[in-house]
Amino acid sequence: MIIHAKDVNYKELNAVLREAANDCEIINCLGQRFIAAGVSDKCIRIHGIPGNALGAYLNGAKIEVCGNAQDAVGDTMNNGEIIIHGNVGDAVGYAMRGGQIYVKNNAGYRAGIHMKAYREKQPVIVIGGKCGSFLGEYQAGGMIIVLGLCADEKPIVGNFPCTGMHGGKMYLRGNCDAITFPQNVHVAKASVDDINEIASYIQRFCVHFGYHEDDLLNSDYTLITPDSKNPYKQMYVAN
Amino acid sequence: MSIEYIYPEFEVVRNEHRCISCRVCERQCANEVHKLDADAGCMLADESKCVNCQRCVSLCPTHALKIVKNTCTFRENANWQNDTIKEIYKQASSGGVLLSSMGNPKPFPVYWDKILINASQVTNPPIDPLREPMETKVFLGKKPEDITRDENGNLKCELPPQLSLSMPVMFSAMSYGSISYNAHASLARASKALGILYNTGEGGLHEDFYCYGENTIVQVASGRFGVHKDYLEAGAAIEIKMGQGAKPGIGGHLPGAKIVGDVSKTRMIPEGSDAISPAPHHDIYSIEDLRQLVFSLKEATEYKKPIIVKVAAVHNIAAIASGIARSGADIIAIDGFRGGTGAAPTRIRDNVGIPIELALASVDQRLRDEGIRSNVSLVVGGSIRSASDVIKAIALGADACSIATAALLALGCHLCRTCQSGKCNWGIATQNPALVKRLNPEIGSQRLINLMTAWNHEIKELMGGMGINSIEALRGNRLMLRGVGLTNKELEILGIAHAGE
Repeated sequence: MIIHAKDVNYKELNAVLREAANDCEIINCLGQRFIAAGVSDKCIRIHGIPGNALGAYLNGAKIEVCGNAQDAVGDTMNNGEIIIHGNVGDAVGYAMRGGQIYVKNNAGYRAGIHMKAYREKQPVIVIGGKCGSFLGEYQAGGMIIVLGLCADEKPIVGNFPCTGMHGGKMYLRGNCDAITFPQNVHVAKASVDDINEIASYIQRFCVHFGYHEDDLLNSDYTLITPDSKNPYKQMYVAN
Repeated sequence: MSIEYIYPEFEVVRNEHRCISCRVCERQCANEVHKLDADAGCMLADESKCVNCQRCVSLCPTHALKIVKNTCTFRENANWQNDTIKEIYKQASSGGVLLSSMGNPKPFPVYWDKILINASQVTNPPIDPLREPMETKVFLGKKPEDITRDENGNLKCELPPQLSLSMPVMFSAMSYGSISYNAHASLARASKALGILYNTGEGGLHEDFYCYGENTIVQVASGRFGVHKDYLEAGAAIEIKMGQGAKPGIGGHLPGAKIVGDVSKTRMIPEGSDAISPAPHHDIYSIEDLRQLVFSLKEATEYKKPIIVKVAAVHNIAAIASGIARSGADIIAIDGFRGGTGAAPTRIRDNVGIPIELALASVDQRLRDEGIRSNVSLVVGGSIRSASDVIKAIALGADACSIATAALLALGCHLCRTCQSGKCNWGIATQNPALVKRLNPEIGSQRLINLMTAWNHEIKELMGGMGINSIEALRGNRLMLRGVGLTNKELEILGIAHAGE
């Protein structure tokens, strides 16, 4: 089903989307917010630029954006897949608790903040380009993978990555000597086993965006993990 | 004895003539205060571990026990009081941030106790609730400004989503994790029986309690624990928690030791991992951002549920509430600085925020002045202790009140203020299965029903005394209130006259 989004506000657009029985293609999308919030059952392809909170609370649907997306993509996403053929704004995957997000290019501030995980529900974000500051702040679970696929001298993440991280894993492609990490995380070169753990996500990234997986899998990665799952235990005294 | 030694705060007084060494006290005390001296055949007490929760006192079959405040104190000093000195010793030993529980215990003014309620005499007869109908039912949500009609002249009756409460009181947010499964079960069952609501807090909703959805408010807070589509669909309303009266401006750390079994599953974080709720929502920096979260929740639940925004009562609360009332939220919940908590830094609990009475009066007035009062309902909490507090809150402008400490007291809490230890002997603020078992949800829910039924009758009697037979007619009716012993400024903020005027 094709949905023409020109001059349609987000409430109407989402109502049409919810009622649609089959997969949908949204054309002329221009900043409509909350597209597919909580949707569980269809594939949605978007032409144009969706507004903030694309796929919030997403519950199993697949969303593909043929261009850029804005802030809060996949906020508190529970399941499904979001593929962005461009850049995303701030707070992509905030408090994400399942499913996968693939971004071809760059992400803004606070990507993957407070991602969590429980048993088989392991959310994954793969970002092809670079990320802004506060990447993976408060990360409590899941995986954040940043590939840095762009010729640029600057580090692939901004300032203060992993602040308050207390669970999950972060993989950054290449050498991270120029990046300052907080004291509460362990930073090491990823082993072959570590890279095998992300191989399927890298492969999927390559399928989505047309890269060669061998190039990416044969690179060096830095793996960041938290030192403690109880970072504030020593901070208090009972009164 | 050493420099680190702090003399125990309480003394366990055991009447040796009554004690039969049955060891009930020993079995009941999770803090391990009591033990049997087998050689001497008598019970001993390690008072340094006693938190004065009164569990042993209540269960001693011969009433042989009492707990008293220890008389061994430092030299009296009005400035350097005992607690202050002990806090310095604790911090000098540990380097830690002082952590406390429950509400602010300091002697700040309680404005409820300085407000008196009117009654009818001669000219406007009182109403007897035993014989005449009294309406305590309230609906919470955005109310339409105008009556509108369709082209045939028929009334348009579509209202924004409303919450219906049989009385203007509900249970405030307490998470599964901070309190036990049986405490949640008691609150859920009582809410259903009473036709009111309880609130999940930020711990998700245990799968066993989805059946109480119509009587449940589900909370979305900065950590987003347990938030997913089914959870949002499960509740009658969704509450966005921006702040809490006991600890305005900070988040929460539920220690990993409490993230066990079903708590871990419900929050969807691994066992033993700290549950950290950041101080801010990292996607909210403005009213416009708040609006975005409000509408993302409305979209996800197809505009069927009212959205509540909960904030702590702080200095600019009137302006903040005005912003929230314009954000698309249906209900504003304001939590005063005496509100309780499972754990908060002592300095924040005791020094941050303002009294709910003043916050409520100024918010209600501001929303009226701006002509947006009907955009939202107002729910207030932060130490509502009785039916008369409820009446006063409604007359100051609240649509309903929420209670938590009072509800916990009904469940057996003795306000020992050590919830943070996880060793609650009354089975409330603990995840230890042996302790949780002590709170029977059948009895717990019945005690909550008793309390609320009694309050509802008192509310009707107080209303009847004023000659008012509907809670709607009391809301914002400040003429029914008078202050005693308050300054002109306090009376001005409360919007009430002094007694005698």
